[in-house]
Formats: sequence, C-alpha cells, structure tokens
Amino acid sequence: MLATTATVVFFGALTWVITSSPGWPTVRDSFFKWDEAVGAWPTIIKGFGLNVTMFLIAEPLILVVGALVAVLRGTRSPALFPLRAVAVGYTDLFRGIPTILLVFLLALGMPALNLTGVPTSLFFWATVALVLSYGAYVAEVFRAGIESVHPSQIASARALGLSEGQTMRHVVLPQAVRRVVPPLLNDFVSLQKDTALAGAVGVFEALFASRDYGNYHFNFTPYVVTAALFIALTIPLARFTDWLGKRARARMFSGGGR
Amino acid sequence: MSLLQIDNLRKSYGDKVVLRDIDLSVAPHDVVCLIGASGSGKSTLLRCVNLLESIDDGQITFDGEDITDPRVDVQGVRRRMGMVFQAYNLFPHMTVLRNLTLAPVKVHGVSMDEAVARARLLLERVGLSGYEDSHPDRMSGGQQQRVALARAMAAQPALLLLDEVTSALDPELVGEMLGVLRDLADDGTTMILATHEMAFARDVATKVCFLDDGAILESGPPTQIFGNPSEERTRQFLRRVLN
Repeated sequence: MLATTATVVFFGALTWVITSSPGWPTVRDSFFKWDEAVGAWPTIIKGFGLNVTMFLIAEPLILVVGALVAVLRGTRSPALFPLRAVAVGYTDLFRGIPTILLVFLLALGMPALNLTGVPTSLFFWATVALVLSYGAYVAEVFRAGIESVHPSQIASARALGLSEGQTMRHVVLPQAVRRVVPPLLNDFVSLQKDTALAGAVGVFEALFASRDYGNYHFNFTPYVVTAALFIALTIPLARFTDWLGKRARARMFSGGGR
Repeated sequence: MSLLQIDNLRKSYGDKVVLRDIDLSVAPHDVVCLIGASGSGKSTLLRCVNLLESIDDGQITFDGEDITDPRVDVQGVRRRMGMVFQAYNLFPHMTVLRNLTLAPVKVHGVSMDEAVARARLLLERVGLSGYEDSHPDRMSGGQQQRVALARAMAAQPALLLLDEVTSALDPELVGEMLGVLRDLADDGTTMILATHEMAFARDVATKVCFLDDGAILESGPPTQIFGNPSEERTRQFLRRVLN
C-alpha cells in the first residue's frame, strides 16, 4: 500500500516536472509524435529484424569462440604454447579495441581489400566485429568460471586416471559453465543492444532506420520507438537472468554449496 | 615381493623439507596405517605415491615398475591405484551413479552396462543401495565419503590410498565408514591410510608407521607401535591422542 502510494507520488511528481518545463512542447512534438511513430514503424521493425538476426547469429559463435579461447589459455602443455599465445593476444587485442571502432575497421576495411572470396556484406563484417569483441569478453568470463572450480576436483579426476582433456571436458567445464551462466546472460543483454553499432557503417538496422526516417521528417520520434523495441527485447532476458541468479543462491543456501 | 616399494624418498616445497628418507614396503593385502600429527607429511606421502606431487629424490616402485621415472605413463599408474580424499571430492554435477561409472567407462573402456552393474554392487557394499540417482550435495558427509570410496574401488585398483577419510566426518558417522574399510581389509584389499583413528589402526593394520616432521620415525606391527614403542616421540604422540 505504502509502496503503491510512494510510486504514484514519485512518478506523478516526475511527470509534472517534465511536462511543466519550458521546453516540453517542443520536445513533445519532436520526440513523442504519434503520427511519426506510426509512419516510421514499418521501416524500423524491418531494421529491428536485422538486429535480432545479427544477435541470434553472433550469440552461439561468441560462446564457441569464448569457450575455445578460455580452454586454450588454461592448457599447460609446452607444445600448445603457440596456441596459448594466440589466445592471450586475441583477448588483449579485441578487449582493448572499442567495439564501434572494430565495426568500422572490419566493415569498411575488409570489403575494400577486394579479395576474391572475402565477403563484402556490411552485415557480415559487423557481425564478425561483434563476435570478435564479445568473444574476448566471454572468454574471460569462461576463464573465471574454469578457475573457480576447486583444484581438489581436478586432483580427484586425475587420481581416477582421467587425462587432462577428459578432466576438462567431464569435470571442470560442466561446473564452470553452470557458474558463469548469469554473467554470460548479462553479456548477452549487452550484445542485444550493441547490434545497433552496425548502424554506424550503414547496416539498415533499427537505429540506422530511425535516423534515416528522422532525417527526412525532421523528427526524433523514431528514436524513441527504437528504444522501446530494444527495451522490450532485453527485459525478458534480464528477468530470466535475475531468476537464474536467485535460483543459484537458493541452492547455495539449501546446503548444496559445494 | 612387494606391491609398492618406496626408497629414500625426499620431497620439499621450496626450502621446506616435507618428506625425508622415506622407506616403505607394502606387500599385497597389507593394510598400512600412517599416523602422526597434522603436518607430519602423511597426506603428502600419499599424494607422492599417486604422482599428484613430484618428488625431489628417491624411488617409488609399484608393481615392479619404477613410477618415479620421468617417462612413466602417469595415467596408467593412476589407473591401477584408487585414492579417497579427506573432503570426498565427489563431482557435484553428476549423480552418484555417474560418479562411479565415469572412470571405468572413460578411462578403462568398460561398457556402460558393466560399469553400472559394478557400481550397483559397490554401492550395496558400502550400504548405499538406492542412492544411484542422488546428487552428492544432498547426501550426508558419511554417505558422500562412502560414495567416494566406492568410486575409487570402481576401477578395481591394486592399491587403495585413503587420505584421512574420516577426519571431515561427524563422530557418529565415523563408525560406518570404518566398518566399510574393515570389510575391505578383511577381503584382502591392499591399502595405505593416513589416519587419526588409532583404534582402527590397532585392530586392522598389518603395519603402522609413525611420521614425525616428514620422516618415518618408527614402523612395525601395531602391537609393537602401540604396545611397546621404542621412540620417545612416538610415546609422546600416542599419549596425547589416546587420552
């Protein structure tokens, strides 16, 4: 009851402050114009389809790249040193470059090489940029998960005669993955939004579509529509992440904390 | 002919020598109890035998093979030994049955059906029939430790290494674990135990070694070690733990 009252009062006050501000009529007309929203909707939703497609393609690839790099970094065999070095170099490089810059470099640079067999699609290269950039992050998340598995688990697997690879595959990775699911989902919420970076090189995704429409109609309403679409997309994943985290905690406290 | 022969083993961590001049011979069907204060080197000795720790000097011969040779097939050696840890170290993401069948299937090439059949027999033997599909987290410490023992036995090892397997258990759970170990000993299982259970050592061991500061100060049949120890340090230790 108190919560409801407090919420109503708070948002009532906020609405009043905004709508009574001197610039509100102008802002209302350029950001919240229903006709413009309706007019822009078809092109925005079409663009948003590209965002979702890009996300759905990039996500599994990122998981593969991240897991592979994390596992490589954890190897100890001297023969694998070159691969280990590549893995470290990869993470350092792609975690250090701003994602938008990587999108520019790949989407503008690779097609310009004019090499036969190298795709010229902007969509393709923007997706590759996202995979490389997020792959580096996710590799670190996986690595943290792998390192959080207690050494005694490895000792007991080795004592049973399992090889290094079998220990990783059957004992370490399954436990590591379970632990990193919540942070991974968090990264994916972020990835969903970053598909909009493809718009910077002219991929006709939702943000680019709304800018395009807005420029022709001298109106910012399409941006608000696009924002609403992204929110609608990320909220389910965010709630799912919360729920998983809660469940993991509940398990811990029910005595299953090993 | 001894199953395990340790000669002149030396192990140190940096400047700290944790095992020195260790000589130990274990014949088939022997039950060797390593006793001594915490930090005397009992666990480290077991870990060296299982090649989980590298040694600085000396030689360990297992089943006629020099396993301290750098070219030794480490996995091959471990396949013939079972080890049970103080903290059970069961795999929490697997059911009890999976814990027991993993090594036989993946390492020993046993068929899944046979591994399952064998696992069920072992569970029965440690008094845990019906727990096949349980997750270790849902079981008591005593039950988990018996699962860990069954897991080590599943590969039918020639030698069983037990590292203070009752130390993490509530006192009322220690008895059931020791009962299972006693059965194993009666069946002729060769084992080396690091233990604080003096009554068990006195009743079941064929040989007792008293470790002090990384060395085996005194060893012999339990009647000798407990009845008539020759070293003053052994007498002191026994006075402390038996009272």
